[in-house]
Amino acid sequence: MSESRGDNSRATRGLLPGPVRSILPFLVAAALALLLHGAVRPLLPEFFPRVILDIGINVILAVSLTMVNGFTGQFSLGHAAFMAVGAYTAAGIVYYGSYRLFGDAAVHGGWISGLTPASGSFATGADMLFLGALLTGGLVAAVCGYVVGLPSLRLRGDYLAIVTLGFGEIVRVLIQSQTTDTLYDAQTIAETPVWKLPQYLGGPVGFTGLPFYTSLFWVWLFAIITLVVAFRLKESTYGRAFLSIREDEIAAEAMGIRTTRYKVRAFVIAAFFAGIAGGLYAHTIGIQLNAGELAFMKSFDIIIMVVLGGMGSISGAAIAAAILSVLPELLRNPPSVLHPLMAGLLVLCALVVLVFARGKVRALVRLVVAIGIYEGIRRAASAGGVNLADYRMILYAIALILMMILRPQGLLGLREFWNIRWVRRNTPPAKEVKAGP
Amino acid sequence: MDAIAVGSLYALIALGYTMVYGILKFINFAHSDVFVLGAWLSFVGAGIAGLDPAREASIGPWVFWVLAALWAAAGIAAVYELVLRPALSRRLDRRLPAPRWHLNLSLVAAWGSIAVGVLHLAKGAASAGFGFAAGGIILLLAMMVCGLTGFCIERLTYKPLRRAPRLNVLITAIGVSLLLQNIGQLNWMFGTRPDRMPTLLPEAELFTIGTAVRVRLVDVMVVGTAVVLMVVLDWLVFRTKIGRAMRAVSFSPPNASLMGINVDRVISFTFVLGAMLAAAAGFLFSQKYPGLNQTAASGWVLLGLKAFVAAVIGGIGNIRGAMLGGLLIGLLEFFVAQYLPDGASLRDIFVFGALIVVLLFKPSGVLGKSATEKV
Repeated sequence: MSESRGDNSRATRGLLPGPVRSILPFLVAAALALLLHGAVRPLLPEFFPRVILDIGINVILAVSLTMVNGFTGQFSLGHAAFMAVGAYTAAGIVYYGSYRLFGDAAVHGGWISGLTPASGSFATGADMLFLGALLTGGLVAAVCGYVVGLPSLRLRGDYLAIVTLGFGEIVRVLIQSQTTDTLYDAQTIAETPVWKLPQYLGGPVGFTGLPFYTSLFWVWLFAIITLVVAFRLKESTYGRAFLSIREDEIAAEAMGIRTTRYKVRAFVIAAFFAGIAGGLYAHTIGIQLNAGELAFMKSFDIIIMVVLGGMGSISGAAIAAAILSVLPELLRNPPSVLHPLMAGLLVLCALVVLVFARGKVRALVRLVVAIGIYEGIRRAASAGGVNLADYRMILYAIALILMMILRPQGLLGLREFWNIRWVRRNTPPAKEVKAGP
Repeated sequence: MDAIAVGSLYALIALGYTMVYGILKFINFAHSDVFVLGAWLSFVGAGIAGLDPAREASIGPWVFWVLAALWAAAGIAAVYELVLRPALSRRLDRRLPAPRWHLNLSLVAAWGSIAVGVLHLAKGAASAGFGFAAGGIILLLAMMVCGLTGFCIERLTYKPLRRAPRLNVLITAIGVSLLLQNIGQLNWMFGTRPDRMPTLLPEAELFTIGTAVRVRLVDVMVVGTAVVLMVVLDWLVFRTKIGRAMRAVSFSPPNASLMGINVDRVISFTFVLGAMLAAAAGFLFSQKYPGLNQTAASGWVLLGLKAFVAAVIGGIGNIRGAMLGGLLIGLLEFFVAQYLPDGASLRDIFVFGALIVVLLFKPSGVLGKSATEKV
């Protein structure tokens, strides 16, 4: 599906030595994230940074789930559980570590942390504590992924879905059955031995009082890293093995691929990134970490992003994550089509349709009809005094069902963004292959 | 006794999961919402019939409007299908009545009208003093309306996806589940307030076994109704023509179709049957535990999930397995809650742990047959 990327790497191969080439994307990621954090964020109106932050976290989640659901074609329903594991691990480390080191749980970070950062030094020890907590959360989630994946990935198809669903519920219940207290006294915390601290994670009421370290820099640093890892994985020998398992497990086994081993690897990598996303989520301003929030409905949300983007398409998953993060907020107060932002977006859509679509006239007519329906509903609602915000989840559900019926292969299908026809004009359009087992 | 009562309810819900899985091979996530809908419908029905001393209610006028609209749509569709299209179209294949919208619509409308009639019957029975009979009629009503919902869900959302990858059907099921939950939370439907179901049975303790086991009238009624329903289902599936058709379709849809079975009709029938059982479970559960609430995170959806676990443990796709699995899960849950320290908060872990253990050692379930995969 993605053989066209060879040219790209061949161009840079002569210019840079190998080690630099392998690190370069991560340096670019850090630079881009810094740019977003330092230069772009101050220019944005009030609630935009928060939306961009949510998009980043969802991109990490969706792209990491793509590695399991999209690449290997396994069906995991417990992604939010890994997120919860990572979130609680990171939160525990940051919260109690913060008490031990600084005596309270306020933000002690430098300029790179926090959605509206304090001026001061660029980065402090507290930021390193946060980074370490995120990575530890990811590692613990990865270990969980290994423990869950090793036995259950021998099963096929739906059974894996059921096991991961059960695992998600177990994680939730385990966290919620702990004591409801969190310790908030430096003296007590210093006296409590470390191995007893995991009891005090808030239980059913949630883990409150966490310092809000998450910033656009951290989120997009990890989001870009996730994207780079996913792309490189897909192009590597590993990725080919993953894809072959998706296409036909028995044939892959006959070709000498140890299917269980590869499936577990995909699962562990995905769990690691989910854990990091969980840590980022836990320290976002305005979030109250609660295991009930990270139950199976959250897993469904992530799966919806993956399927909507197209199974196995990394860019598709990222685009769907962005759309689905914005959509519920947008439906809260649907803007008029004449609103400049909306109008710009629609003109962009029309242009995209004009360039991409095969039946241009039909697609344009459809777009116009869709806009008409949207505006009609909006006008009718405001005329009838109905508050559309009450119906937003219903509209969301209907949109989801319609999407599945009308475009079952997702936004991009199996392709990546740059494999769409206009990029490779001379080759015939890739034939859609049915995804899934 | 609690264990057996709740276990038999799990079994009722699990039957719906397992039948749909047996035929369409996908997990119907909307099923637990149908179960919740059944509980709420019986609550509303009891209110309208005047069985609820705390509350008076009447049928919302929108019900009549919806029914009238359905009849009108059915009429229009009939005119189009039977008169206009054969007359206007030149092509022979277009002249045949293909999708039969008018039949579906009039079926739905008639079913809804009968349900309203049944509701009035319940009202009459309640005002005549037959409170117990009225309870039975309300059970029937909830089953009817949920069956109708199941039919609509299947025809509108799953049927267009018959040939799509199974993952898409699964996502659609999640979408339907979201839709049902959020429609239920609207103010003019059930609202977000928690409510209390009126108890239709007198609180009575029939007898006790030993010192610990108290047998209450409610428990006996719950178990009795569930057993009757399961026996009826068993008879339906294993002794009747439509049951044989169901088993044939679950064995191989294309072959069943070649044998002259209307596969779409059998699938719809399965959905209606499953939804009816879920509604009955909802009614009975709300009799046993009268607190009703509407939040998605509440135990109700979890209950549906546990019923699904029961279906898997019994061997998914296997009807008698689902009954057994439901009982096993109910027993496990209550024994853990009773006899382990701190068991009440850990019982869900045991339920899902049992699921994982069963899947690891016998993935096809207790009563399931293991299938070998062919190339």
